[in-house]
Amino acid sequence: MYPFTFTTARDTRAALEAGRNGGRYIAGGTTLVDLMRETVERPGTLVDISPLPLRFVTVTARGGVRIGALVTMTDAAAHPAIRRLYPVVSAALELSASAQLRNMATIGGNIMQRTRCTYFRDVTAACNKRDPGSGCAAIGGFNRTHAILGTSDACVATHPSDLAVALTALDAKVRLAGSSGTRSVAIADFLLLPGATPDREQALRPGELITAVDIPAHPRPLRSGYLKVRDRQSYEFALAAAAVALHSSGGVIRTAKVAAGGVGTVPWRLSAVERHLIGRRPSTRLWSSAAELAAEGAKPLTHNRFKIELLQRTVERELRIVGGTA
Amino acid sequence: MPIESPVPAAGEEYPAGLSRRTFIAATAAAGGATASGLLAEPAEAAEAAENGRVSLTVNGARHATTVDNRTSLLDLLREHLGLTGSKKGCNAGACGACTVLVDGRRVVSCLTLAVRLNGADVTTVEGLADGDLLHPLQQAFIDQDALQCGFCTPGQIVSGVGCIREGHTGSREEIREWMSGNICRCGCYPKIVRAVEQAAGRK
Ligand SMILES: Cc1cc2nc3c(=O)[nH]c(=O)nc-3n(C[C@H](O)[C@H](O)[C@H](O)COP(=O)(O)OP(=O)(O)OC[C@H]3O[C@@H](n4cnc5c(N)ncnc54)[C@H](O)[C@@H]3O)c2cc1C
Ligand code: SF4
Ligand code: FES
Ligand code: FES
Repeated sequence: MYPFTFTTARDTRAALEAGRNGGRYIAGGTTLVDLMRETVERPGTLVDISPLPLRFVTVTARGGVRIGALVTMTDAAAHPAIRRLYPVVSAALELSASAQLRNMATIGGNIMQRTRCTYFRDVTAACNKRDPGSGCAAIGGFNRTHAILGTSDACVATHPSDLAVALTALDAKVRLAGSSGTRSVAIADFLLLPGATPDREQALRPGELITAVDIPAHPRPLRSGYLKVRDRQSYEFALAAAAVALHSSGGVIRTAKVAAGGVGTVPWRLSAVERHLIGRRPSTRLWSSAAELAAEGAKPLTHNRFKIELLQRTVERELRIVGGTA
Repeated sequence: MPIESPVPAAGEEYPAGLSRRTFIAATAAAGGATASGLLAEPAEAAEAAENGRVSLTVNGARHATTVDNRTSLLDLLREHLGLTGSKKGCNAGACGACTVLVDGRRVVSCLTLAVRLNGADVTTVEGLADGDLLHPLQQAFIDQDALQCGFCTPGQIVSGVGCIREGHTGSREEIREWMSGNICRCGCYPKIVRAVEQAAGRK
């Protein structure tokens, strides 16, 4: 780890000031300290944002939920309103990392977490994300866990967050504060495709601070859930994951929100699956015909062709769990 | 009189080209706060911002010291307070061997920067027993023979204490899931689950 100076921001203004001067925010530290120890990250100044008043969860009468950026994964997952309204969010959180890490890690840090690509973590390997222009060791290397959707010639790393997959399905927005005021960005626009610049991962301006995540009120009540498939049963990142939220009335699906994790360079919204579901009656056949569309556009690498079928089956299973077969 | 000095981040690689700073090896040992204020050498002054003051409680004893900002809680405990119960397995949050309680919550001490712990209350495996009376979970590990080499055991026990406090002991499956942050190379999982069950009063 390289030496760094350390300051604690007492309020949002002080944090933004320090951020503007090049300071790096630290929340739970579970991504940042790890990557600093690997010398992947080399910030000169850390700005501890833990005193900021960003530990709230507020619920609007219509069912919108705002989660403060510093709420821990544990507390967000346990929140009664989140469990009741959006089980897909609490499930995605509780299937992430470990109880210890969830006690430390925050909602803001979670969506900012960086890829687990092993070449990215190995400073001796070529990696365009860590060292732009150096190449990508994963494309010709061992890429079993890498992405099949949203890849580019420059980078094929998956986005590792489970929470972000659930938030993508629910059309969540990220609230940001900067020196020129606050703004709100859809999570789908916040997390960037690698394209030719995989080092740019979020639509965050220099010094900007995430203050909260907003789950919008959904006009119809949703049944939702999250399924995560991995190499071991727990404490592991997804090989494939599905976030599903459905509303049916009169025996017909009216709302379908489906996103996939573990397969894309960003959480992957499955619009073709959603379109196929809407207006149809739940049935075992429907789940499987919809899930067949899940891997549309997939480009497998040398070692991850299996993810195509795994993704389809994961989506099918979660559609069946959430939608039933009435 | 103890001279206070910055605590180096033990086991850290220093990048090439940076000379390892000289540290005077006289920090607070277990049991007491150090005397205040002396920085070791004038040469340190320029880099003083790379160190920080921290005052915290570990197993009921208060400690005040200056740490290199890079120092993890795990290194502070093991290298400077002589509390070697917490183990360094991966040093990357991936094994749970370093689990301690901070303000009552289980965390991995390897990813916790010591400099952030001002005012914190830390409990390590050394702080669980009441004198010679073992904590019920320590006793349960013996009763259930829940270890082989023992390297993961302190982390398992502290994590288990957290798991029981959180109330995630409703079934063996629930214990397994909520204890999954602690890896056991020896594969003692079934007995670890039984030990947590025993201490949770489920059997
Ligand atoms: C062993 C292990 C297993 C894991 N498994 C999973 C898993 O299965 N699923 C999963 O989703 N995650 C997993 N994680 C990742 C974990 O969830 C993230 O590390 C964590 O959520 C990051 O949050 P943090 O608060 O600790 O972030 P930090 O490490 O503090 O920060 C991460 C990044 O976000 C920036 N940042 C933090 N807060 C803000 C803010 N408010 N505004 C702007 N920038 C900010 C920081 O500058 C830094 O760049 C795992 C991690 C480990 C170590
Ligand atoms: S996949 Fe992306 S993160 Fe991994 S080595 Fe290639 S460029 Fe780096
Ligand atoms: S040493 Fe901290 S989790 Fe492995
Ligand atoms: S007893 Fe050996 S690692 Fe668990």
